[in-house]
Amino acid sequence: MTEKIQIEHLTLQYADGAESLRDISLNVRENAITVLFGPAGGGKSSLLRCLNRLNDLADVKTVSGKILLDGENILDPQTDVIALRRKVGMVFARPVVLPFSIYGNLTYGLEVMGEKRKLRLDEAVERSLRQAALWDEVKERLDDPAIALSGGQQQRLCLARALALEPEVILLDEPTSGLDPISTGKVEASLQELKKNYTILLAPHSVQQAARVADYAAFFLQGELVEFGEGKTLFTTPRQKRTEDYVTGRFG
Amino acid sequence: MNKLLLNRNQTQRLGFALLTVMAAITVLPIILVVFYVISQGGAAISWEFLSGFPRDGMRQGGILPALVGTLALTVGTAIFSVPLGVAAAVYLAEYAPENGLTRLIRIAIINLAGIPSVVYGLFGLGLFVLFLKFGTSILSASLTLSIMTLPVIISTAEEALRAVPQAFRTVSISLGATRWQTIRRIVLPEALPGILTGIILGLERAAGETAPILFTGAAFFLPRLPNSPFDATMALPYHLFVISTQVPEMPFQIQYGTALVLIVFVLGMNLIATIIRSQARARRQW
Ligand SMILES: Nc1ncnc2c1ncn2[C@@H]1O[C@H](COP(=O)(O)OP(=O)(O)OP(=O)(O)O)[C@@H](O)[C@H]1O
Ligand SMILES: [Mg+2]
Repeated sequence: MTEKIQIEHLTLQYADGAESLRDISLNVRENAITVLFGPAGGGKSSLLRCLNRLNDLADVKTVSGKILLDGENILDPQTDVIALRRKVGMVFARPVVLPFSIYGNLTYGLEVMGEKRKLRLDEAVERSLRQAALWDEVKERLDDPAIALSGGQQQRLCLARALALEPEVILLDEPTSGLDPISTGKVEASLQELKKNYTILLAPHSVQQAARVADYAAFFLQGELVEFGEGKTLFTTPRQKRTEDYVTGRFG
Repeated sequence: MNKLLLNRNQTQRLGFALLTVMAAITVLPIILVVFYVISQGGAAISWEFLSGFPRDGMRQGGILPALVGTLALTVGTAIFSVPLGVAAAVYLAEYAPENGLTRLIRIAIINLAGIPSVVYGLFGLGLFVLFLKFGTSILSASLTLSIMTLPVIISTAEEALRAVPQAFRTVSISLGATRWQTIRRIVLPEALPGILTGIILGLERAAGETAPILFTGAAFFLPRLPNSPFDATMALPYHLFVISTQVPEMPFQIQYGTALVLIVFVLGMNLIATIIRSQARARRQW
């Protein structure tokens, strides 16, 4: 397995606060699920938003260090962020469906990049819905407003929408925080299937989820990367006291 | 112990009753005005009245030139104020950084909305009629009305744009859309009903104003239809002013008939705004 993303000495500071990420160095493997976990305010979301440069929209004061994606530093001002965001898809905590049909949600990303061929769009819709385990539930009503779907279906639609662009990396920020256990299970199952072809970074909504899905896990505490390692070892025999306290539920 | 005081239920009912009465009081004058105008002027309305020219020192005949003039002025105002106003709103809501300059612009817009309309008239006279030499014309009057209408359009459109959930923008950007694609494909369509409402409210005011066109484009009497933007024109509100104050022995009916046409024109625009809004609400997807 190769390293898809290399984060080197990443430090991030928002305009109004202290450093939200402090000197983070971390390698993300291809075809694996890397989990970023830890208590609130640890910097998990901030790190994810660096990876597709969505933080460009926020009030960031300074970013330093490097994030190499396939060897290219994406923090470089010359980076084509549009192309980057197609390569690095994102799913957010609250499912946000766009005010279109199910079909329209899935084709949006392709349409803004100029894809007009109906055949290609149809293909992408079916493929991405199958990948997100939603095809059977919605194939009869692709033209219905997406908002009519249940919360769990909406979140899988959001996953499918990111997949429709055929990204290489998928970022998921607490994608199941608003979902019931069954829907959560479906999303997690999809991720297990997806990791065969994608690099996945996930901020889970609980330690339990982190332990369930992590191939690799990184424990974040107040902007600091405390411990990083294989999921199996990190959750059973953490090296750091602070990690142990957190995973055994002694704080946080 | 406090039997004299009302219990919560009674308080609530009293509150509702009071609010209902107050709402009725505010609506009453509008209804009275409309009914009074209809009762006094309804009989004047006929095809000849709408399609004929004024005769006999405006004491007889129709109001066609004034009706057409007001239509032309409204369209002219829309041509200038809508693209500019919407563009300014998009800039303010979507692009402008929060700094001293944008704060200044916002303050200016708010103050612009508070300026008496006659001042716009004088400004239009100075700038468009005299300095730019557009003369007393539909063009000058439309431009003047546009300046008056802009603040309304800008502030309602900006509000409508800001009401579109931020999450739509974030998601769109994360899917590789540019900022402009996001605005054009998601934000503007979502805000459209609100923007249209603002546009119509602004144009409605423009259609009914006398002072801004008084020195810039309105003709006292013009027995023909205007045939270019550089023509002066009759207009309903000014015509109403003229026949109500400047013409002796003016038949009552014609005055009220003219007022009725003006009210129907303005309320009709209002009705369109309401329909657009309710249809958009029915289609709303979030
Ligand atoms: N857009 C922003 N502007 C300013 N400060 C921010 C912004 N986003 C996050 N922060 C700050 O950065 C720090 C890390 O936040 P972040 O959202 O990355 O943490 P998190 O680990 O995702 O937490 P949670 O578990 O609550 O989602 C916090 O102190 C937060 O206040
Ligand atoms: Mg977070």
